Amino acid sequence: MPQSELAVSIHHLVKSYHRGGQVVPVLSDITLDIAAGEFVALMGPSGSGKSTLLNLIAGIDRPDSGELRVCGTDIMALNEAELADWRAGHVGFIFQFYNLMPVLTAFENVELPLLLTGLGARDRRERVGVALNMVGLSDRVDHYPSELSGGQQQRVAIARAIITDPEILVADEPTGDLDRVSAEDILGLMERMNQELGKTIIMVTHDPHAAQRARLLKHLDKGVLVD
Amino acid sequence: MIRAIPFSYTLRNLWTRRLTTLLTAGGMALVVFVFAAVQMLDTGLRQSLIATGQPDNVHVTRRGAGAEISSIVERAQAAVVETQPEIAIGAGGLGLVSKEVVVLITLPKRDSGVATNVTARGVGTAGFALRPQLRVLEGRAFQPGASEVMIGASIARRFDGAAVGSQLRFGGREWQVVGHFEAKGSAYDSEVWADAEQLQQAFRRNAWSSVVARLVDPALLPALKARLEGDPRLTLDVKSEREFFEEQSKALSNFISYLGLTLSVIFSVGAMIGAAITMYAAVATRTAEIGTLRALGFRRSSILAGFLLEAVLLGLVGGICGVALASLMQFIQISTLNWQSFSELAFSFTLTPRIVATSLLFAVLMGLVGGFLPAVRAARLGIVDALRAA
Ligand SMILES: Nc1ncnc2c1ncn2[C@@H]1O[C@H](COP(=O)(O)OP(=O)(O)OP(=O)(O)O)[C@@H](O)[C@H]1O
Ligand SMILES: [Mg+2]
Repeated sequence: MPQSELAVSIHHLVKSYHRGGQVVPVLSDITLDIAAGEFVALMGPSGSGKSTLLNLIAGIDRPDSGELRVCGTDIMALNEAELADWRAGHVGFIFQFYNLMPVLTAFENVELPLLLTGLGARDRRERVGVALNMVGLSDRVDHYPSELSGGQQQRVAIARAIITDPEILVADEPTGDLDRVSAEDILGLMERMNQELGKTIIMVTHDPHAAQRARLLKHLDKGVLVD
Repeated sequence: MIRAIPFSYTLRNLWTRRLTTLLTAGGMALVVFVFAAVQMLDTGLRQSLIATGQPDNVHVTRRGAGAEISSIVERAQAAVVETQPEIAIGAGGLGLVSKEVVVLITLPKRDSGVATNVTARGVGTAGFALRPQLRVLEGRAFQPGASEVMIGASIARRFDGAAVGSQLRFGGREWQVVGHFEAKGSAYDSEVWADAEQLQQAFRRNAWSSVVARLVDPALLPALKARLEGDPRLTLDVKSEREFFEEQSKALSNFISYLGLTLSVIFSVGAMIGAAITMYAAVATRTAEIGTLRALGFRRSSILAGFLLEAVLLGLVGGICGVALASLMQFIQISTLNWQSFSELAFSFTLTPRIVATSLLFAVLMGLVGGFLPAVRAARLGIVDALRAA
C-alpha cells in the first residue's frame, strides 16, 4: 500500500513507563499500518496497552523508539508546540467521559478547537451549527454539559472532534460510560463519520458489540499485537 | 495567531466558584484597602499642609540649608532681597518683607514636665500681613521692641507656662505671653512668635534665618528665582511658600508612605498565599480539563496564560473592592498630631486617580505573583497524566 494512503504507519514501536527507578514495559515492538478511511477497533485485556498505543498515535504521548507516521507526518520529529499545532489540525478526540468544559455551552465546547484556526467568528458559528446539526443537537446549542444526558454529551464531543475536519478520530472507550441505547446511537454516529465523511477512526473498546461496528479488529495483549 | 483559551472560560470558572473567588478577592481587597487608605492619608495630609501656603509668598533661605533652623541669610544678602522689583509694597510704602530669625528653645511639657524643643520665630512687622491664615485666638499680638511672645495653639495646649499673662524664660530673659494664635494646621501652629529684633538680640545673632516676602504677582516667581539664585554673591534658595511647606511635610509624608508600603507588603504575603491556594485548588479540580485542552491543541503557554489571567482577574476583583472600600474613607474627617511640628492637623483621606491606578496595579501584581506557581504547575502537567485525572 502506498504511504500516502496510510493514515497510520507504525514500525517497531516501543514504549515503557518509568516508575520510581523501575522500567515498566508497556508496548514492545508494535508494527501496524492503518489505511486512510479505516475504522479500527482495538481490543484487549485491561492493562494491555490499548490506551497507550492510542495516545501515541494521537500525539499526546511519546514513544521510546521505533517509527511513527500519522497522516504522512513523522510526529516523533515534532517539538512540543509543533505537535500541539499538528494535533489541532489532524486529530479529533473522543473520550470515555466526554471531557467537555463544564462552564462552556454545547456551542462553545464545539467551537473550542476552531479558536486554534484563523477562522472568523461568523464562519465559526456557521460550522458549529452544521456540526451540532449533524449530531442531532440543534436544539441544545446553549445547554451546558450538566444539562445534557451522557449520550448527548458524547454527541457534543463528537461534533467537537470533527469540527476542524481532521483526518483521524481517536476514541478511547467512547461507549464505556453509556447505556446500551445511547451506545448504539454513538456507534451509529461514528459509523456515519467514517462512511460519509471518510474519517479514519481508531477506537479502543472492551465491548464486543461496539467492536463489531468497526471494519477491522486488532487485539493487543501484554503490549503485543496478537493477530 | 492568538491561541488563547477563551476569556469566557476563565470568567465563568471564577463565577462558578464564586464563594471561593469572593473570599480570596476579599483578602486581597483588605490589603488594597490598607494600601490605598495610607496613600489617601498621605495625600490628604500633604494637601492640607500645602494649602496653608500663600501662592504669592516666597521664602528665601541659604542654599542647601534644608530647614530654616540651619539657614543663615546675612544682613547684606537680605537687603538685596528686600529691594527686588517683584516684591509687593504694603501699607506705608514699605516692601511686604519679613526678615525672620528662627531658633530652638526648650519648654517643659505640661503632662510629663520633660523639656522639649520648640521652634521660636522672630518676625518683622510685615510678618502678620504675610500670613493671612494667622488668627489671634486669645490676647493680642506682641508689640515691636518688647519682650513679648505669642504662642501657637497646639503649643499652648501642651506646654506649661504658656497661658496668656504668664512668663516664659529663654534666651537669657523673661518673655511676657501676650496672646495665642492659630494658623490652620500649618507648622506655625506649633511655634512661639516674637519680635525679630528682640529675638536676634536675645540670641546674639547678627544674621537672619530666612526672608519671607510677598510678590506683586505669583507669575513673577521664576524671574525672581532666576535672578537671586543666579547671583554668585548671594548663595540663596528661593521657593514659593507652597513648595516650602511641601518640603517641610516631606519627612512626615515619607514616614507614612514607608509605613503604609511596609504594612501592605507584609499583608500582601498572606493575600498572595490565599490566591495561590485558591489557584492550586482550581488547577487540581480542572486537571482533566487542562489535559483535554492540551489534547485539542492548546499549547502549554496558553494554559499558563489562561491561569495567570484567572489569578489576575481575581486580584482585580479584590483591587476594585478594596478601592471602593477605601473611597468611603473620603467621607471621614480626621484630626491628628503633626509629628514634625507637634501641631494638630485637620485633614481628610483624599483619593486621586493615581492612587486608584497604583492600588489596582498592586492588586493585579498580587494576583500575578500568587497565581504564578499554580499556573506553572498547570502548564507543566503531562497530557496523558492530566487526562487520567478524569
Ligand atoms: N503514567 C504511567 N506510569 C506508569 N505506568 C503506566 C502509566 N500509564 C500507564 N501505565 C501502565 O501501562 C500499562 C498499559 O496502560 P493502558 O492504559 O495503556 O492500558 P489499557 O489497555 O488502556 O487498559 P484499560 O483497558 O484498563 O484502559 C498498564 O500496566 C499501566 O499500569
Ligand atoms: Mg485504557
